[in-house]
Amino acid sequence: MSLNRRDFIKLATVGGAVFSSGLAGMHAFAKTGKQDAFYFVQLSDTHWGFDNRKFNADPQGTLPKAVALVNELDPQPDFVVFTGDLTHTTDDAQLRRKRMAEFQEIAGKLKTGNVRFMPGEHDASLDGGVAYKEFFGDLNYTFDHKGIHFIALDNVSDPRARLGDSQLAWLKEDLRQRDANAPIVVLTHRPLFDLAPQWGWATQDGSKAMALLMPYSNVTVFYGHIHQEHHHNTGHISHHSAKSLIFPLPAPGSVDKKHKIAWDAEQPYRGLGVRSIQADMPGAAFELSETSL
Amino acid sequence: MEGVGRDFVLVPLAVLLFVGAHAQSDRHKADERVVRITASRFEYNPPRIELKKGEPVTLELISLDRVHGFNIPDLGLRADVLPEQSVRVKFTPDKAGTYTFLCDIFCGDGHGEMSGTLVVKE
Ligand SMILES: [Cu+2]
Ligand SMILES: [Fe+2]
Repeated sequence: MSLNRRDFIKLATVGGAVFSSGLAGMHAFAKTGKQDAFYFVQLSDTHWGFDNRKFNADPQGTLPKAVALVNELDPQPDFVVFTGDLTHTTDDAQLRRKRMAEFQEIAGKLKTGNVRFMPGEHDASLDGGVAYKEFFGDLNYTFDHKGIHFIALDNVSDPRARLGDSQLAWLKEDLRQRDANAPIVVLTHRPLFDLAPQWGWATQDGSKAMALLMPYSNVTVFYGHIHQEHHHNTGHISHHSAKSLIFPLPAPGSVDKKHKIAWDAEQPYRGLGVRSIQADMPGAAFELSETSL
Repeated sequence: MEGVGRDFVLVPLAVLLFVGAHAQSDRHKADERVVRITASRFEYNPPRIELKKGEPVTLELISLDRVHGFNIPDLGLRADVLPEQSVRVKFTPDKAGTYTFLCDIFCGDGHGEMSGTLVVKE
């Protein structure tokens, strides 16, 4: 039995999101013409400062290439969010700041003036987020956009990959002010569920955040960290990880030992990409579109 | 009042079991296996450990540089590995298989690949 696109969308919508791929999908977004329809772009795991040509032969060119791709979108996204690992980690506090400054300059070239940042463990785990805060502000925060409540959670500034009790209390208090059916998007770096704990693909107290979110009927989580696209449901809550912009990693648990996937000169930038997320109307499913670099 | 009756039966039994296990481990202390593991950025040494199912073992871990984690998610075991003082993880593997252990305290550039393999044989 073959599925046509309409069937596919119907099936996929059950998981809380629909999927399409390629630039065509992105350009089609604006033409829906519905009120309050908008889209935003998720970029992730840029690891600015990483330089091992075996895994990325163009480490200084990949992020600018992604920025150029996003700048060509017409119409422009309402905003762009970077879901962590903006920079590659270093023990040198000064070099960390240099990488953050360079990253900030390149991200500043995004035509949409509205750019949201989030830390990954590479940015924030070694100094508890001190340098990150100097450049990008709060480690966790909320904002509202066209009827959707966005919550950015920090599960990286604690090197033990915990949200921590005070942030969980903050989350609880924020959620207390929402209707049970309010559209909520959670942005985070690491998965909030146990995707592959043996690879560190989990958040130690992620289940506590999930328990707080469960009573809300309209929650979608977008995250990074695992350097590939992945979709998962915890009950009615869907989780969608985005591709990296530096090197891909193997599918969760697919190999004995986790390793970076080598650069393929025949298919440069393979596995790297940009996601756009269309919100048709608050309360409706999101449409995800993945574009390769 | 029913509940109290049940408690009276359960408590002494649990104590007996605990003491029994304790006495047995004392008796076997001399030949109980100790495996020494060092942790350093970004590896464990040895990176592969072989154990026998049903045989009690003590893993003795120490760090050669900074704090690391030692976590075997599939066995529900974890410990902080410190430079100053070794930490002991005692357990009896009860299921044959291959398990990954990993550092779960971010320690730098190669943290994502700091892991090892524990093999439990029949
Ligand atoms: Cu990460
Ligand atoms: Fe990353």
